[in-house]
Amino acid sequence: MRLRGILVFAVLMLLGAWPARAQVPVPVVASFSILGDFVRNVGGERVAVTTLVGANSDVHVYTPSPADAKKISDAKLLIINGLGLEGWLPRLVQSSGGKAAVVTATAGITPRRLGSEADPHAWQSADNARIYVGNIRDGLIAADPAGADAYRTNASAYLAKLDALDREVQGAVARIPEGRRKVISTHDAFGYFAAATGIAFIAPQGVSTESEPSARDIAAIITQIKAAKIPAVFLENITDPRLMRRIAAETGASIGGTLYSDSLTAENGDAPTYIDLVRHNIKALTSALAN
Amino acid sequence: MIFDALIAPFTEFEFMRRALAGVIALALGGAPIGVFLMLRRMSLVGDAMAHAILPGAAIGFLLSGLNLFAMTFGGLIAGFTVALLAGVVARATEIKEDASLAAFYLVSLALGVTIVSMRGTNIDLLHVLFGNILAMDDQTLLVIAFNATLTLLVLAVIWRPLVIECVDPLFLRTVSRAGAPAHLAFLALVVVNLVNGFHALGTLLAVGLMVLPAGIARFWSRDITGMMMIAVASAMLSGYLGLVLSFQTKVPSGPAIILVAAGLYVVSVLFGSVSGLVRQLFPGRHLEA
Repeated sequence: MRLRGILVFAVLMLLGAWPARAQVPVPVVASFSILGDFVRNVGGERVAVTTLVGANSDVHVYTPSPADAKKISDAKLLIINGLGLEGWLPRLVQSSGGKAAVVTATAGITPRRLGSEADPHAWQSADNARIYVGNIRDGLIAADPAGADAYRTNASAYLAKLDALDREVQGAVARIPEGRRKVISTHDAFGYFAAATGIAFIAPQGVSTESEPSARDIAAIITQIKAAKIPAVFLENITDPRLMRRIAAETGASIGGTLYSDSLTAENGDAPTYIDLVRHNIKALTSALAN
Repeated sequence: MIFDALIAPFTEFEFMRRALAGVIALALGGAPIGVFLMLRRMSLVGDAMAHAILPGAAIGFLLSGLNLFAMTFGGLIAGFTVALLAGVVARATEIKEDASLAAFYLVSLALGVTIVSMRGTNIDLLHVLFGNILAMDDQTLLVIAFNATLTLLVLAVIWRPLVIECVDPLFLRTVSRAGAPAHLAFLALVVVNLVNGFHALGTLLAVGLMVLPAGIARFWSRDITGMMMIAVASAMLSGYLGLVLSFQTKVPSGPAIILVAAGLYVVSVLFGSVSGLVRQLFPGRHLEA
């Protein structure tokens, strides 16, 4: 019996003294899929990322499950968007009783205002995406100082990709005739994107997907499309597509395909990563607006 | 002025005309069904069945998205299954029909919510639960109109046994065997109309355009034909005023329609010529020869 105790003790000592060659990935929780993608790119193999709101789900109206509380309590680092996007999260963090450090990815971004509230969809512009990556890098370094070099290398490689993406987007927008740079989309998540590219986004619903449109809202938007001669109507992957089809049929505007705003798609979808998402969106926009 | 408020929305916007056409078709099919539900003391059965069709619609949705036919078909199958199972269990065991139905519809509702949330998107569940009368496309309108026509035709065929069974089921049993098939056909019509309603109003409110107009009609007529007419008329009126209300005030359309119907119901409870409260308090003079 005592021998066994000594053995266990010895093994534990050995494990403790083992050099961190086979490093255990740092458990990181990101609140939704796009943040998860950023973390994956910056953290590389040193982190194990889980997202609370997965692909194709709406982060505005998400209902957390007990499994989410468990993920948070197991995590070492929790990365959130902030700016009021995850209204359901603070209570979840409290109730899960976890000790994770919380990093707000939008820290340092001057938010656009929508009414009295901040517009949380900051990741839609390239400049902001760079700030996200910087914040995530710093958060990871603070949580896992041993990996600081790896995080810096990964982040600068990813930032270079984002720069290339930004040039691609600006080039594509430049090819759209100036008078046609306006679309209608189900959800005004594209405020930052619009400010960065000069394409006007007009939304039939409020800032959030939480309210159901009334007949008056639909009438107003139809009048608006006709009056402003908006050439294209865009569906989003998370609000009622039937309604958009009706509006398009009534105004003669073309339905421009799907724009992804709040969530990535599953692995086999159009936008499994942030870069794919931006690339998909700009392609959909240019092909609907170009002629 | 009045023209702007009441007519202009419909002349100006096609989606309003479509919504109006949809709600009129719903009223034509649903209101008579509602009257029979009320006369057979089954108004809450209608509500239970409305919840029971959810898993079918959800499976249809899961397999092919917001596809009209898949969701309709799934809803029909789920509704029939729950109606039949509840009936069989009630007849074969000690449990009563209401308890049996309550058990089955709750199972069905829970299954439906589970199935929809497996897809991972909560917002889609809202579309199933609340429908959208503003998004009537050709297909949906045709399905609703077809179902309303079917309902009226079948009702015409089973009218006699159905009415007699409401009033005197024992008598019907002595003179005819049409009672049971008529009852089954009627249950089928209930399911068909609920499925119809959930495209426009969603599963939660689909039953509203059936039950409320029937309740209204009860306060204005003792005669079943009269009740049918009043029920259909008040359902249409609720639909029309609800759409106008939604257009003028930003209230979502489905709830607006049901709220207007509820308003008419309150007025009927108070002032109805048959057993309305005011009428009972101030009965007027007896007729004397």
